[in-house]
Amino acid sequence: MSELSSDHLLGIKYLNEADIELIFSTADNFKDVINRPIKKVPSLRDITIANLFFENSTRTRLSFELAEKRLSADVVNFSAASSSVKKGETLIDTVNNILAMKVDMVVMRHPNPGAGLFLSQHVDSRIVNAGDGAHEHPTQALLDAFSIRERLGAVSGKKVLIVGDILHSRVALSNIFCLQKLGAKVMVCGPPTLMPKYIQSLGVEVEFNLDKALAWCDVANMLRIQLERQDTRFFPSLREYSMLYGLTSDRLNRLDRKIIVMHPGPINRGVEITSEVADSEHSIILDQVENGVAIRMAVLYLLASKIERLA
Amino acid sequence: MQPRVILNSRQLELTINRLCRQLIENHDDFSNSVLIGLQPRGVFLAQRIYHLLQEMTGCDTIDFGQLDITFFRDDFRRRNSPLIPNQTTIDFLVENKKVVMIDDVLYTGRTIRAGLDAMLAFGRPAGVELLVLIDRRFRRHLPIQPDYTGKTVDSVISERVDVRWEETDGTNEVILNSLKKHDE
Repeated sequence: MSELSSDHLLGIKYLNEADIELIFSTADNFKDVINRPIKKVPSLRDITIANLFFENSTRTRLSFELAEKRLSADVVNFSAASSSVKKGETLIDTVNNILAMKVDMVVMRHPNPGAGLFLSQHVDSRIVNAGDGAHEHPTQALLDAFSIRERLGAVSGKKVLIVGDILHSRVALSNIFCLQKLGAKVMVCGPPTLMPKYIQSLGVEVEFNLDKALAWCDVANMLRIQLERQDTRFFPSLREYSMLYGLTSDRLNRLDRKIIVMHPGPINRGVEITSEVADSEHSIILDQVENGVAIRMAVLYLLASKIERLA
Repeated sequence: MQPRVILNSRQLELTINRLCRQLIENHDDFSNSVLIGLQPRGVFLAQRIYHLLQEMTGCDTIDFGQLDITFFRDDFRRRNSPLIPNQTTIDFLVENKKVVMIDDVLYTGRTIRAGLDAMLAFGRPAGVELLVLIDRRFRRHLPIQPDYTGKTVDSVISERVDVRWEETDGTNEVILNSLKKHDE
């Protein structure tokens, strides 16, 4: 197995275990590259990549841009706020106009679930989904699993807990798919109002008591409350949420062993996680950010190698 | 055509021995020199040379690294199969050092070109020499020549030189195979 089975990265759903392992082993090499004095390789020097962000992003966008630049690709950036989208242009028109300028790959974040899939069916380009609504965020899930593998040696057999706003989180869904494909056990925890109705059909365990859930897990992935996606109030107050579902050092100290704490960012300190925990030795939050660049380099490299050959 | 043995196990040992002595002539105690083997196949030769040099010079502080050139190749998206990388392990800088780059077979010269590029990430060496076990001297694509050669082989394009190592192939020998398709 030395090639991805898919031409695009639309979601973890479309990858198999061998694909994920290939991305990880390639990312190992790129992690080595980005820790050298000269952090750049020339592999994608004849590839142009457009980063289309129809939704706000700091970390993911920066991470993709760095990954692209370290592979020597040419990069064009686009954000919906300052574009013709505001003048009424459709998604396909926008992207086709960009592709007419000879762009080989598109990295897209979009508020609508399935936007990446839709695009892949209508335009002639490799699509990387950088988050589509509350659907999937595949590179985040890959870098999360990669970070677990790095810290614990393997993902298979590990117990991973995802805490927070499961209902509105694309990170949760992609993480569930990715971790399960790699053989980990997944539990989700959060207020019942933020739990999707049929979540059990994904084969995950559901727990509403954070302390019980923490006692079960090896890794706790703390998610942010996505206030921007909530059109109604799902819990009485942030203070109450934080008391019931916030990760504090008291909670960690009550456990009989050390667990790893993750967070996809951006962190709302004092809500889902206290500063003390976020900055503690339990936390691998900054490792996740570093691994994000390596994982995105691996994904772009492997997809680019499937672009039609030059000769 | 039947495969032809170019170097058997005994000859291979003698050749590597000679290459080491030539290296010592030029590099003395290796205090300002480093050895870099190219992944994947050049590393086996480089390791042998590294261990033999340690024995011969009695010096156990020779710098030795393994360099992967995958991301620096010029045939990305020009081959049917994707290029899958190997590990690079170089825990020193080559800045102002004399580098001996080691590979098993020199043919088109493109691998070495990529190796020179890949090495730039580790500094600006004082100079680079090339050591190869087998020099297929015809059909070079680039103006690259070895400084140390185990054996020169005159072969045609339909032939392939296979260097076999105990670690991967169970035997130490160099074979000339007749093949329809060649890929370096």
